[in-house]
Amino acid sequence: METASRVGTPPRLRGARVIDEIKAAGVEYVLSVPDQHTSAGLLMPIAKDRDFKLIRVCKEDECLGIAAGSTYRNRRSLILVQYTGFLYAVNAIRGVACEQKLPICMMIGMLGKEPGAAPGDSKRFGLRIIEPILDVLGISHTCVETDADTPAISAKIEEAWAQSKPTAILIGGRPEAA
Amino acid sequence: MINRRQALELLATRITYEIVVATYSSATEWIDILDRPLNYFSSGAMGLASSHGLGLALACPERRVLVLDGDGSLLMNLGTLVTIGRVAPRNLTHLVMRNGTYEANGGHPIPNPDVDFELHAKAANIRTRFTVSDMGSFAAKIDDILHAEGPVFGCVMVEQGPLGPRSYKEMYRGERRAALKQALAE
Repeated sequence: METASRVGTPPRLRGARVIDEIKAAGVEYVLSVPDQHTSAGLLMPIAKDRDFKLIRVCKEDECLGIAAGSTYRNRRSLILVQYTGFLYAVNAIRGVACEQKLPICMMIGMLGKEPGAAPGDSKRFGLRIIEPILDVLGISHTCVETDADTPAISAKIEEAWAQSKPTAILIGGRPEAA
Repeated sequence: MINRRQALELLATRITYEIVVATYSSATEWIDILDRPLNYFSSGAMGLASSHGLGLALACPERRVLVLDGDGSLLMNLGTLVTIGRVAPRNLTHLVMRNGTYEANGGHPIPNPDVDFELHAKAANIRTRFTVSDMGSFAAKIDDILHAEGPVFGCVMVEQGPLGPRSYKEMYRGERRAALKQALAE
């Protein structure tokens, strides 16, 4: 477990660590609507990274169709959206990812979550309901708060593909840009 | 106006190893005309057929992907034209069967029956686009539909077909999805 580098400094979540994990999981396409929470630390470097093909979509449910289609040739995608976009796309997540048992991997920015707080303990209603909704949908999930949590990213993606089921990685901490 | 079934029957005579992504009324007619592993029936959320098609087109660049969409469906996901126009897959053709109604859901009119889908496609910078309203014109576009450098967008003005409700249970079977995956692996 990584701890604070200085007394009183909260543990970090480096965007580069998150991106390394996404690469380690063999993700080729990143499908995204920009999110303030992950913009500087994830989306901007991903947009410049030639190891990824970034597809910017207009609305989050498009991601579900694109990711689903690409699974038929075992091409791995990561859907990178904010929690509000996840909420918007719940019907597509239900109908495409869950009912068709597809390895659709979502990375969800938890904009406004209090540092270090569990999503369920957030003061924000929209954030508190994310994990219960994932549970009702039967979607496996983890929350990445600091660098120490990042190994779960590739593990979740590999698990999704091994078991042909969707997964959700909540980005609780705000990823730092390099 | 074009009879949708006749147009699809004509199209089916030219289909070889293309992936056909169909939804709602077009899907029920297509499966009746040409049932094959390389069919993909968009299900789960209305409006996403062209997004499924985009994912397939990116994953299978050696094959043409042909989307048979509906006008009510496309209106639920108009942003897809912008996304496709930007990604610009050379192997994607997106046809919208425009009858002005939600045929599968009681025949109610779409919100604005005067909408011009081809103009939307033009605004989205989709490379090749057309509108056809008679069978002769449709027949003349089949080479473009199957072979023109994509993305191709076509608006096919069709008569309203039989009203729903329809059963999609057979076409949404998991075995069909497995068969498509198998066919793409060969």
